[in-house]
Formats: sequence, C-alpha cells, structure tokens
Amino acid sequence: MSTAPAEPEEARPQPVSLTVNGESLLFPDLPYDFHERSERAVTDPTLQRFIDSATIGKDRSRKRSCGDAFGERYDAARDLGGRIKQHTLDHLDHYVARFAENAEAAGTRVHFARDAEEANTICLGIAKREGLTSCVKSKSMVTEETHLVPELERAGIEALETDLGEFILQLDKDAPSHIVTPMIHKDRTAVARAFRDKLGARYTEDAAELTQIARNHLRDKYRRADLGISGANFLVSESGSLVLCTNEGNGRFCTSAPRVHVAMVGMEKLVPSFRDLSVMLKLLARSSTGQPLTVYTHIATGPRRPEEHDGPEQMHVILVDNGRTNILRDEDYRAALRCIRCGACLNACPVYRKVSGHSYGAVYSGPIGAVITPLLKGLKNYPDLPGASSLCGACYEACPVKIDLPRMLIKLRRDLLSRGVNNFLERLSYRIFGLGLRLPLLYRMGGFFQRFTMRAAAGERGYLRRGLGPLRPWTRERDFPVPAEEPFRAWWARRSRGSES
Amino acid sequence: MRVSLFVTCLTDNFYPRAGRAVVEVLEHLGCEVRFPEAQTCCGQPVFNSGAHAEARDMAERMVRVFDGDDHVVTPSGSCCAMIHDYYDELLGERGRPFVERTREFVDFLVNVLEVDLRALGCRWPGTATYHYSCHLRGLGMTNEAITLLEQIEGLEVRDLEKSDQCCGFGGTFAVKFPEVSGSMVRDKIDCVRRTGAATLVSNDGGCTLNIEGACARDGMDVRIVHIAEVIAEGLGLMEPPAS
Repeated sequence: MSTAPAEPEEARPQPVSLTVNGESLLFPDLPYDFHERSERAVTDPTLQRFIDSATIGKDRSRKRSCGDAFGERYDAARDLGGRIKQHTLDHLDHYVARFAENAEAAGTRVHFARDAEEANTICLGIAKREGLTSCVKSKSMVTEETHLVPELERAGIEALETDLGEFILQLDKDAPSHIVTPMIHKDRTAVARAFRDKLGARYTEDAAELTQIARNHLRDKYRRADLGISGANFLVSESGSLVLCTNEGNGRFCTSAPRVHVAMVGMEKLVPSFRDLSVMLKLLARSSTGQPLTVYTHIATGPRRPEEHDGPEQMHVILVDNGRTNILRDEDYRAALRCIRCGACLNACPVYRKVSGHSYGAVYSGPIGAVITPLLKGLKNYPDLPGASSLCGACYEACPVKIDLPRMLIKLRRDLLSRGVNNFLERLSYRIFGLGLRLPLLYRMGGFFQRFTMRAAAGERGYLRRGLGPLRPWTRERDFPVPAEEPFRAWWARRSRGSES
Repeated sequence: MRVSLFVTCLTDNFYPRAGRAVVEVLEHLGCEVRFPEAQTCCGQPVFNSGAHAEARDMAERMVRVFDGDDHVVTPSGSCCAMIHDYYDELLGERGRPFVERTREFVDFLVNVLEVDLRALGCRWPGTATYHYSCHLRGLGMTNEAITLLEQIEGLEVRDLEKSDQCCGFGGTFAVKFPEVSGSMVRDKIDCVRRTGAATLVSNDGGCTLNIEGACARDGMDVRIVHIAEVIAEGLGLMEPPAS
C-alpha cells in the first residue's frame, strides 16, 4: 500500500468517541437504550464512511468467494453447514462428553464454567497455581464476554492482545465493534496516533511500517510470556482438538510459545468430526473475509508431547456456558447457537452499516447480536434490540449456517409483547389495528378518516411535513405521503357498476 | 385464467393507480380478474410487531376471503413474503393451498404467464432505475423485474448502487428507530440520484411510502411508479399522468 500524503493527521475528522460518559462500551448500564449511541453514529460522517466501505467491501467479497466456490450450490452448502451445527446442538451433551474424554486422553485439561465469573476464576486459578505473570492473548469473543483481560490485570498479570486490531483497541482503551474486524470503526490514522502516543513510535501511515512497529513490540512480549490465552473457532469432538483460524499467525504463537495455554470456548463451538470441520472451514473463511481459507488454520490436540520441540507444557480448555444452555433449551431460538461468528450478517446488515457495533451495547453486535444479546443477558435488559431491524433478510441470506435471524427477531418481539415489556398503549394499538383490519367496515371508515384528515393537513403539496402521534418520528426524517383521493376499492366499485370514465 | 387480486392495504389507500395498472395488465394478458371486496390486510404489521394472536386472526381471514382456486396476485412483495414465509407458522397445513396459490405480480408475469414484453410491443420512452425491495429476497426473486424492464422498448434501465440494501422502511422500525431509518433512506435516495434516472420503479407500497417521503423532503424530482404502471402505460392501457 502506498504512503498516504503527508497531511497533518489532526486535520482529518475522526469519528466521535462512542464512550458515553465513561460508561463501558460493551457493558453499559441496564436496561440499555439503543437510541443514544445510534443517533450519534448516524450523524458521524467519518464513522459512516468507514463502516459503509468496509462492510460493503466484505459483503461483496463474501458473495464473490462463495459464488466461486459453491456456485449454484451455495444454498446447499449453507444448508449442510446449518445441519451439521444443528445436529451437534441437538446432541450437545453427547458431543461435549466425547470431546472432554478425547481431549483429556490427549493430555488437555477440560473445565466447565457455568458463567463468566466461574470461567475467569478457573483461568485465574490456573495462572496462580502455575505462578504465571505475563500473558499473550489471541482474539476471542468469549473472553470479551467474560471480561477476562481486566480480571487478569487486576490479578497482576500483564495481558496483551496480539490480534493487530485488538492490540490497537487495547492501546486506545477502546472496545471491539465487529465480531471479526474489531476496529472496523477506526482507520489507519487512528493506528498511527495510537502507536505514536502509546508506544512512542514515529508517526507514520505506511501500512508496512505500522505492521513492523506492532510486530517488534509483540515479538518481545511473545518471548517473555508464560501464559497464552485463546478462544477457538471449533472444537472437534472425535479427537478432542481445538481449531483456531487467524490471518496474522498470532493465534499459533500464543498457543505454542508460552508454557501454559488456556482456551476459553463457548460450548456451542463443537463439531462432531474432522469431516464436518472441513465443511465448516470452507464456509467460515469465505463468509467472513472472502478468503478460501484463513492464512493460518491451527489444530491443537493436547499439549507438547515428549518427542515434540515446541508447544505448551499444559493445555486447558474452559467450556463456557454463560447463558447458552438457556438458549439451547428454547426450541424457538436454539438454532441461534449454530453461529460460527463469521460476521457475515453484520457486513450484510443495512442497520449495522449505519449504527456500527457499539450501538448494540454488548459484546455481540449486528443481527446475531440483536438476537443473542437479549437471550444471553435478558430481554428486559435489551428491550430495543429485537426492534432495531428492518427485517430485510440480508442477514439470513448471508448466514453460512442458515440461522433465520429475522424470524427470531420477530419471536423476540412477540416475547416482549407477551411479557408486557412494551407499554400498554403500544399493545392496545395493535389490538385496535388488528380489529380494524379484520372488520371491512371499520377498515373503510379508518381509510376514510385517514384520507380526510391527512389530505386536509397536507394541503396542495400532497405531503405531511409534520405528523402527529406515531407519525411524528416518521416526519422528523422524511415527509409522509398522503392517501390517494380515491382508494382502489372505490375505483373498482365504480368500474363494476360500469360508471368508470 | 382466473386471478383474484390481493391489492394490499397500502396500495389500496396510497397507491391505487398501481392496483388499477395490475388489473389492466392482467386483463390485457387474458386473465379474468376478481377483487374480493372483503379483503383488508395480510397481518404483516401486527405480526412483525409481535402481536401474533391478532396476526393469526387476520391470516385466517385472508384464507377465507380468498377461498377458491384462483391464482392470487399481489402488487406488493412484502405482503406476499409475509404469506409465504410466515403463514405456515400461523396456520400450519390449513394455510398451505392459499400460500401456494399466491404470487407477487412480477413473479406471476414472468413465471406463470411467461410474458415477453417485446412480443407485446410494450414501449415506454425514458430512463429508470429499479428498487429491489427486500422481501423479494424472501421469495427467492432476484432480477425478474429488471428482465421485464429490459424488454420494454425505449426504456433505458440504469444500475442502482447498493441495490440490495434495504431502504429503511421496515414498518414500525421507521417510527421506532427514525434516526436509523432516516439515515438508510437518505442513503437510498442518494444512490437513486446518482443514477440520473427520471423514474424509480418500486414494487412495494412500504418502500415507496418511505422513498417518496424522503424525496419530497429533499426536494428531489423523481417519478416513483410501480412496474405495473410502466407496463400498463407502455401497452397503451393507461395514460401517463399529465405532469
């Protein structure tokens, strides 16, 4: 990549920081209000530019890459991916037990954590027992979920994110805003500033130079670290293996160089066999980044064996529940656990493209976040998320494991309504609407009333500029067209009587 | 061929000309069109809002009103998708025959009547771009409308950037999240503007309401029509409106 013109970086607009009054980006006060952050995001032209070009670019490469690989059978491939994951979920107890058995046989210690706190406690316990003080970490959404890094630091363990994006976010005290591309809301100038301010590097926007700065800093840490923490993209039940897909090679480094490797993994990450894994890998990289395969696909089965030259002395896998069994139990939502965290639904989502990840106020953003966040953290804590979708279906079409996200969002709206989380007036208005549309006379009267009042209010222009009641938010953004002078059914009636002019 | 028209509540009240155009075109193609007057709404607004008991009542009503074995044709992709994607969940087996008989207008023209507008001498001079409404995705439709438009003599069809991106309508979404919806529709009309086309073809009352409202607010001069209106005018079945 060529060097950007030597323009003083301060001159360029940067997205407004989305930190709200020091409130944590991913762990805000509850119940969470979507509007405050989304309103800021949509009025931030720089952020809009970053997100729009990044998501549209990724969505295009997904389509191209999946089209090249699967052609007419893209849908069938998604179907297969979905069936593999669904089967695993339907028999999760079996596959978890087999995984644990096989992993232990290979020398891995398997732990089970009911919630975030327990997961962190197990991890810290291992660190304490082994006297570990310096940790390198590869990217993992589950550790974001459990808020592991602050916990490690509190325990006096230096914890360094090694994924380039996460590394920069850590330097900037920022939080990931995308499942796969954590710093999608930042650009190269933000990286340059972070390196200058936090690492004392010379200001540069040259990609190669920036990479070199990060590499030099990280190499040194890798060499000294005694604890490597990772997540996992998949766990293979038949062999007890852990699969890690990265493009920077940092995952492999984190899990091989330090003396102890701890992987924190959501329990839904299982696949039965390597045969299944091959399908999932084909779908993951293509859906995620448009690559045929990620640059590094690391498969680890147990710690270092006596005849091997490298690898950790100990390997631990912490299987994390943290709300997942609740989702598993519910037939309406179980399929949400098929998610392989490829981020394709975020890239395809027109709402995500406008509001960006931090607007979702949780670790998981975009359409999948709108579904699983209320399920993991309580619908009453995130009452806006199910509604924050135009139900356009782009997410479902992009999903490599065919999670019917729009259908689930609608079901969550149903749950909100039936549990009385919405206000009484809203519920009443659906009743009246329902009644009005069931009774043709009421329907016609309603139409007449609407036509009469709106046409009177709009005057010559034919559009309402300022609506009342439910139309007020509509007309804040755009005009409201008024009903036609003569509805279709009146024309039809006239025509049937033979009086059409 | 007998066709029952499901005009949809938005088309009935806001875009009756699109409904008329559908009737004119179908009759021109030899269909016998009926309009069951007891029809109201498919239930999508309440269903999407989570009021599923109300939606079920309305779905049952739809099945009763459109009883028989006519094809049911509707000018709105989103109402059609509601029927195809969710009536199963609301009605189970009972709804299936109705679901199977129901088609979106373009789908019906292309896949049932197998219309070739060239052979019919359809002529409509002008430039247009086409808004792909999201619910066509749910129906598995892709470029059927573009194919039809390209068969029209004199019509220059221009590509729309981000054509697969939602316009931001989404029913109650537009009033519950106006800031997001507004930003989406402005993105959409910017793309329309960049085509330089004088006409935008949109086959969904909801999208049209949203896009038209945004154009009006913005003072953007573009004629928004349903594809049936273009075809009806192109076949000489309807006069283009005096502008």
